[in-house]
Amino acid sequence: MDSIIAENISKTYGTVKALKEVSLTVQKGELFGLIGADGAGKTTLFRILASLILPDAGKASVEGLDPVSDYRRLRCITGYMPGRFSLYGDLTVEENIRFYATVFGTTLEAGRVLIDDIYKQLEPFRNRAASRLSGGMKQKLALCCALIHSPSVLFLDEPTTGVDPVSRREFWLVLKHLRESGMTVMVSTPYMEEAGQCGRIAFIKEGSILYSETPGRIVESFGETLYAVSSDRMHTLLDDVRSFTGIKYCYSFGDSHHFVVDESFSGEKALAGYLAGIGYGNITVKKIQPTMEDCYMKLSLR
Amino acid sequence: MGSRVTFVKKEFFHILRDKRTMLILIIMPIVEIILFGFAISVEIQGINIAVVTSDMGETVRKIEEKIDANPYFKIAGTFYSQDEALKMMRVGKIDMILRFPSGLDRKILSSNHERKSVLSASPVRIIVDASNPNTAVTEQMYLKNVLMSCFSGEGAVAAYGITSGISFETSAVTPEETVRGTSAVASSGTASGMIGGTPAGTSGVASIGHEGNVVPDIRLMYNPGMQSSYNFVPGIMGMIMIIICAMMTSVSIVREKENGTMEVLLVSPVKPLTVIISKMIPYFVISSINLAVILLLAKFVLAVPLSGSLFWTCAISMVYIILSLALGMLISTLVKTQAAAMLSSAMLLLLPVIMLSGMIFPIESEPHFFQWISMTVPARWYISAMRKLMVEGQQLSAVLPELGILSGMAVLLISVALFNLKSRLE
Amino acid sequence: MGENAIEVRNLTKRFGDFTAVDHISFTVGKGEIFGFLGANGAGKSTAMKILCGLSLPTEGEGTVAGYDILKETESIKKSIGYMSQRFSLYDDLTVAENIRLYAGIYGVSDKEISPRTDKVLANLDFTAEKNTMVGSLPLGWKQKLAFSVAVFHHPKIVFLDEPTGGVDPVTRRQFWEMIYKTADKGITVFVTTHYMDEAEYCDRVSIMVDGRIEALGSPSALKSGFGANNMDDVFQKLARKAERG
Repeated sequence: MDSIIAENISKTYGTVKALKEVSLTVQKGELFGLIGADGAGKTTLFRILASLILPDAGKASVEGLDPVSDYRRLRCITGYMPGRFSLYGDLTVEENIRFYATVFGTTLEAGRVLIDDIYKQLEPFRNRAASRLSGGMKQKLALCCALIHSPSVLFLDEPTTGVDPVSRREFWLVLKHLRESGMTVMVSTPYMEEAGQCGRIAFIKEGSILYSETPGRIVESFGETLYAVSSDRMHTLLDDVRSFTGIKYCYSFGDSHHFVVDESFSGEKALAGYLAGIGYGNITVKKIQPTMEDCYMKLSLR
Repeated sequence: MGSRVTFVKKEFFHILRDKRTMLILIIMPIVEIILFGFAISVEIQGINIAVVTSDMGETVRKIEEKIDANPYFKIAGTFYSQDEALKMMRVGKIDMILRFPSGLDRKILSSNHERKSVLSASPVRIIVDASNPNTAVTEQMYLKNVLMSCFSGEGAVAAYGITSGISFETSAVTPEETVRGTSAVASSGTASGMIGGTPAGTSGVASIGHEGNVVPDIRLMYNPGMQSSYNFVPGIMGMIMIIICAMMTSVSIVREKENGTMEVLLVSPVKPLTVIISKMIPYFVISSINLAVILLLAKFVLAVPLSGSLFWTCAISMVYIILSLALGMLISTLVKTQAAAMLSSAMLLLLPVIMLSGMIFPIESEPHFFQWISMTVPARWYISAMRKLMVEGQQLSAVLPELGILSGMAVLLISVALFNLKSRLE
Repeated sequence: MGENAIEVRNLTKRFGDFTAVDHISFTVGKGEIFGFLGANGAGKSTAMKILCGLSLPTEGEGTVAGYDILKETESIKKSIGYMSQRFSLYDDLTVAENIRLYAGIYGVSDKEISPRTDKVLANLDFTAEKNTMVGSLPLGWKQKLAFSVAVFHHPKIVFLDEPTGGVDPVTRRQFWEMIYKTADKGITVFVTTHYMDEAEYCDRVSIMVDGRIEALGSPSALKSGFGANNMDDVFQKLARKAERG
């Protein structure tokens, strides 16, 4: 059953086409990821689905409710966490939660079941002003506030930006829990390893959705030969690899550089030999399996 | 209903936890009342005056002495012709010219019947440099007052006119009757009317007091020292209320837009109206406290009579507060950042309130265009009503027009603001 | 000033009874890319403010670019560049106006501003955007521009506070290639990030937990020391112990 349906949604700001006939469906209980560069239209899509702005054209439905005509009822069953810090810095942790609970017509006690895991982590800081929480804790508090009314659909716009890796991992564990409880979650992220944890991912570029697939399928359909190379000097290695015959593109990837080749590539041994010839040591070149991030790079560089 | 209470509580938290703003909200009215009441004097001092007379007689000399002894005036010289004195005025050496007709001594001593016809041919004339119309009005009033006190000192003369057709009762000029101060300036038809007619900025010369049969209210003049200061109380009330209400409400709503919390509130089932009303309540409370503080200060520190109905003073103030809150709400629907809210509140409110409400400058001495604009400034009506109630001690019936206009404006502003209120981001 | 761009010993900062930075000591070599990692609230920003001469330590001593962090903060400010994720450029000024403004603030001579601006814009492939308002640029472009501005006056050290937060993978990589080129010119780069793949791009990294530096070394040394496959594992092992909220 479909929880979120978008049909040919377009939105223009002045001369900028933020969304161009975007269509997608998200099933009930799905953890759905949105990826794409800044300005690609992710936030606009979130806002339209959350009934915050009106589309210029197209139709949407969230749990069968139209964000344009039925927005009052829709707002009762959706949770939304905007990209920016959306808490009251001068209110304490508990005051924030209690306030949002009232806003959504419930109480902290009634909404507690769903947020119990996260709230336990926040409880030691119950009386601390939200502005004095660390980034990770703020994000958890914001999530608590978005979940307090046990929504059926949750929209999260880059919830983990600026959050440290540990808090991020914890945050995603919570999201997985929520999905297991049957909630539909739509989340955008600039972290590809997070995107890889989604059930399906839509890649949005310049206002259009290029594909919407499971991470497994995306990786399978990479369709290129991918290598990793490393050496004792990594900085200059990028340009030197790029100048070698048959390299389509090369980019850094953690402790190595990844590159994609075409037919004219003469093999990893030839490249290693060439690199050794121009003074590199400790050279390793090997064929590897692509990850989500490699797929993102391929789509973006195309 | 429960959500309303939580909302209002939250707003109070915001205000109470921002100690600095809180302090400003509470201290500002007190400081301003004290400042305007005591420190800021609108009285003009060191007015240079030239006397023009063709024959220096006893009366003229006495008047000159009296003027020179007055701390407000300085005799800059005595001239035989008006042209000489005017030259001095053009180069800015003198502010006023006082011209006496020839043979004043003889005329004073002559009989009542004769006097009238002689004086109408050549009256005592006051010429004021009206580059600054407001000072000009005040200056000529001061001088007229000094002149009158001169003649009241001449016990022998029971009734005397400086200019044709004007009669005064010297006995009526007592400090108690100077109460009407600033508002009475406006009713001085001859003076302001003529001065307003000369182009401001040039060294305009207005001659006062030889007009036909206009009878000015002579009791309005010469408000010595602090007794005039409490005329500012209504003005400050008009300013404080609108600034606290409009600026603070608009800033606090726009702050939520900037913080991104408005986004979350908008996606919640709460009606935007609830959000707005909850924001207004705390500022309504604070403004009411300020109103009480101002009234107490006015009564017990500045000795404002507060002789009108206290109930209606408060009631009209509350209408004004609601109007100001609605204005803040309207501003908040139009701007996106706190800085813009602050600026537009200041631009939209502060200047008109100071310039066009009659708070400091009498509206009647402003060009007609601005007088017309001042009709749309709520503070003008509020200040006028407060002057009538607090200072003049008039009845409700006297302020019904103001009450009506303010209520109408409040309803209009609330409707426009509600119309502008959106349940979405754009 | 010796060989080191930054040297600090027992740097401590307390706010009341809260110790934000707790006796940290480290050195950063000239031309090094130093990754300054840690969980949110571990004390990174506080430490960075001290190093930039914006705040004084409660205890400890050290030098930045050869200047004393206690007494010569003004000299420090002249010899560093700074870029943060939050504040970077003026949205309502054009690209060229922003560059000119910062170049002027850091005392680059008028003669030099124009040719250097052209060069920087050419390097960024931004020449066409010279007169575009910065506010209308995408975030990734802004960040790249902000970085170019931060190193425009050829500082000895450039401090980057989460420069790539929220930036997509492609732009992040372009950003890091700029960092490489800067470091190769001998400018020391001091950078904080929450992307653990970016930690791998650093010559050395330190990981702060609850105000203390719990690990310091090259990414490969840290990985082998902690028996981890990647920097993320190292970070998770260390930062999980954190108790601060």
